[in-house]
Amino acid sequence: MLERIGVRTFEALLQGIPSSVPRATLSLPSGLAESELLRQLQGLAAQNQTAETHRAFLGAGAYDHFIPSVVRYLTSRGEFLTAYTPYQAEASQGTLQAMYEFQTLICELTGMEVANASLYDGATSMAEAALLALRETERTKLVVASTVHPEYRRVLHTYLRQTAVQIVELPAPDGVTALAEAERAIDDQTAAVIMQVPNFYGCLEPAEELAGLARRAGALTIVVVNPLSLGVLKPPGAYGADLVVGEGQPLGLALNYGGPYLGLFACRAPYLRKVPGRIVGMTKDAKGARGFTLTLQTREQHIRRARATSNICTNEGMCALAATIYLCALGRRGFREVGEQNVAKAHYAQAQLTAIPGITPLFRAPFFNEFALQLPCEPAALNERLLARGFLGGVDLGRQSPALRRGWLVCVTETKRRADIDAFVTAVREELHA
Amino acid sequence: MANVNQLRFTKTHEWLALQGAEGTVGITQHAQEEISDVVFVELPKIGRQVRAGQEVAVVESVKAAFSIYAPVAGTVVKVNEQLSQSPALLNTSPYDDGWIFVLQLSQPQDAAALMTHAQYEAWLVEESDRGGVHA
Amino acid sequence: MREPLIFEGSTAGRRGVTLPPLDVPPAPLDSWIPTEHLRTAPPLLPEVSELDVVRHFMRLAHLNFSVETNVYPLGSCTMKYNPRVNEEIAALPGFSRAHPYEPDAAVQGLLHLLYDLERLLAEILGMDGVTLQPAAGAHGEFTGLLIARAYHAAQGRPRQRVVVTDSSHGTNPASAALCGYEVVEVPSNRRGRVDLAALARTVDAETAVFMLTNPNTLGLFEEEIMEIAKIVHGVGALMYMDGANLNALLGLFRPGEMGFDITHVNVHKTFSIPHGSGGPGGGPVGVKAHLAPFLPGPRLAREGTTYRWVEAPPESIGQVRAFAGNVGALVRAYAYILALGGEGLRRVAEEAIVNANYLKARLKEVYEVPYDGPCMHEFVASAAAQKRLGVKAMDIAKRLLDFGCYAPTINFPLIVEEALMIEPSETESRQALDQLADALLAIAREAATDPKKVQTAPHTLPVARLDDVLAAREPNLRWRPA
Repeated sequence: MLERIGVRTFEALLQGIPSSVPRATLSLPSGLAESELLRQLQGLAAQNQTAETHRAFLGAGAYDHFIPSVVRYLTSRGEFLTAYTPYQAEASQGTLQAMYEFQTLICELTGMEVANASLYDGATSMAEAALLALRETERTKLVVASTVHPEYRRVLHTYLRQTAVQIVELPAPDGVTALAEAERAIDDQTAAVIMQVPNFYGCLEPAEELAGLARRAGALTIVVVNPLSLGVLKPPGAYGADLVVGEGQPLGLALNYGGPYLGLFACRAPYLRKVPGRIVGMTKDAKGARGFTLTLQTREQHIRRARATSNICTNEGMCALAATIYLCALGRRGFREVGEQNVAKAHYAQAQLTAIPGITPLFRAPFFNEFALQLPCEPAALNERLLARGFLGGVDLGRQSPALRRGWLVCVTETKRRADIDAFVTAVREELHA
Repeated sequence: MANVNQLRFTKTHEWLALQGAEGTVGITQHAQEEISDVVFVELPKIGRQVRAGQEVAVVESVKAAFSIYAPVAGTVVKVNEQLSQSPALLNTSPYDDGWIFVLQLSQPQDAAALMTHAQYEAWLVEESDRGGVHA
Repeated sequence: MREPLIFEGSTAGRRGVTLPPLDVPPAPLDSWIPTEHLRTAPPLLPEVSELDVVRHFMRLAHLNFSVETNVYPLGSCTMKYNPRVNEEIAALPGFSRAHPYEPDAAVQGLLHLLYDLERLLAEILGMDGVTLQPAAGAHGEFTGLLIARAYHAAQGRPRQRVVVTDSSHGTNPASAALCGYEVVEVPSNRRGRVDLAALARTVDAETAVFMLTNPNTLGLFEEEIMEIAKIVHGVGALMYMDGANLNALLGLFRPGEMGFDITHVNVHKTFSIPHGSGGPGGGPVGVKAHLAPFLPGPRLAREGTTYRWVEAPPESIGQVRAFAGNVGALVRAYAYILALGGEGLRRVAEEAIVNANYLKARLKEVYEVPYDGPCMHEFVASAAAQKRLGVKAMDIAKRLLDFGCYAPTINFPLIVEEALMIEPSETESRQALDQLADALLAIAREAATDPKKVQTAPHTLPVARLDDVLAAREPNLRWRPA
């Protein structure tokens, strides 16, 4: 091949590069054959205790749900997995149609009119929604419920660090946002009110009231959702949300120690042209047949450059595909049933756990599949003993805030059989009274 | 409005039709050809005050977004809402139904400094002679 | 052959996967949750059997081109083979079923992997500190710019501008704008590289960062990179490398030794993560020591043989996403690096460069290549000659699909007319390259003899050329029941 290029050595191809540019000498271990690679990585994997080896009662933004085997099978197909972003639409109809179906499903779940084909994760979707609201209203204040996931709020601060935007957080004395405080804080300088339903503590917020306060002040309502709860819970579109964002991980994505996950972004029709990220639209081809294509691309970075609605390019295509397959595989009844089972099992577990002397509910608000408890001991110590007994215990809320010391956030999904819950409760009781 | 000889032109391919202290603004035939199929027009808000040369509107094709600049300083008093339904009017009727917005000029005398149609056409020829292979 | 939408195949009462029956005491939902929080009408999910689901998505899969089925010479995308062993490794439950909030003691294997990956990337890039948080390249750019911003603020001199090149990827100015910077472009010279004189005139005490890609998007090595770095550092600004083209540098050059202070990598390009039809990716960022305190947190620390998460120093820019990063993608990148080793990584770059130059040699008689001399791992050809016959880059791209090859990147970078950006990657054989070259040459002949055929392509795909204008004028973004 060098001959066809017209050079004698490879080095000749680099001859234009002056010697002042240093050449690299990488200090890396030698390569590994496949069997050796597998052996080494299997060894690393085996060191980890996970939802595979332990029964997980841990949520807080990442959930252990049943993933149907068709999800893994279909998302392993090379035609989806190794394709590129569908810019050449005629060669990517599979991907584009699947994304159109994804957009439809997200609109159905959230009650919104438009959904994009995914952003990176729930936290960055929330940040993008906030940016949209700030630009649309030309106001400089955000009112954010303190019950929004703490990492999401940290990401929002990072995204807005270099701006003059004021972020006001609303207190939540009983696990849900205080409406009186909200009313005081939301004013004509507020671009958006941001809430999470269910919130970080698992509680259901007074969402309709908060949306009403926002609307009266001319602010946008941004709701962060757990999409899996929307088979059972009222969709934000029904109570006045303008923008709905959230984390799609519960919809058929493995826990994967925090990523890749799936940022959801949906909105009402007036914000269509301001939506960040890719959007797929239906159209016709030259023969009049139906087809799908990326559309409204002039919002995006490859065209608008500095004036794009966002800088996002690669998004979470395979994750969106997994969610689409998950929702289709469960279907109308199955999805509803998953939600119902989550509610039933979580409430059963909460009743059993709070029957243990020394454990009380931390909040009184209604919840979906997560609830906070007050423990008579340090959660970290309890979790350590539970780990040894084959359980992944809940989140230590004292690490969020001193006011929540000995608070323990427990999650129960449909994957837990009654026997698992009973064993967990027994283990907790025994460890507390050991 | 259809008579181009009564219009004034800018080097950013806008035309201005003066009526007293008000001016209607649109894009030229050359511009709409360059842009090709218009899919969306981002119209300015009524009441917006603009300087000469400031971006007022954005015209989008499938592949690109084009800024439309105010030929002279003024306040936006009217916008062509029809363009929301039928952005293609910019292609089919750039000097008539494809008008974009109307300005209340802050200094009507500024319009005289703009090019006439003949000057614009001549300038277009000059510009294309100067252009090369690379975009 | 059109595949109906999954909703169109829905039949009342059908279901796919079933759940085990509820084994805890049942009760009406509103005994637990007040009705004001409950849904009244269920979402319109399809009602289909598991076989319906499998057939539907298999048939959709068949409508796609992919690296596993077609040559995919997309410039700046590095569409290399995605080793299947990495899929197996990433699926190991010890990685895939780990919850991000597990105690550190329970996931030492994973923490070791992530810590080691940071080290390996630092070594490959010639950098001192690495963050694995960013979810994609553009996210990495944003992170890198936030770091730059924090650095300049700490110096007591916050700066207002970011300079990019006129051949830059659109994410560069978009990321800079997202970060609150004004963006200024610097032109390329006649050799397609950064114009040094223009650069010297453009950067000043208000410049925070100069962002460039090396090799640049024309596939050309910035030969004066050391002088560029001197100019930029001379005004106290930072050098940022967009790592999209790292495939050409692996084992040959290191950004940290070419004057760069910050660089991001795209694990879904250089490090073989599958593109996934649009993600997920990963955009780790490497920085020099003086910028390390500003890296996002929390940070991974090692004490003896134990790993744990620790809070980042107060100068840290914070978090750019929830949780640690796209760990599933990072596991694949780690496996890829270990499999190749230092020697293997260098061969990747060498073979990528040879492949690109070979294709260029085969094509340059027919497709103008505006810049002379060897290219790196990609090159840009122009279809200007074909345009004179009425055939544009877009048409050539569509016609290439009929030949079973995915099209190169078209109409980018903006500084070349009717650009065709071609990057074969190192995993294509000579036969595959010849197939691509033969197809492009045949299309050039068609442009002369039968231009209509090219202008109306594709002809053999499941759909003919799609109407973009209609899609944008009449947005139809979701299915609705009749």
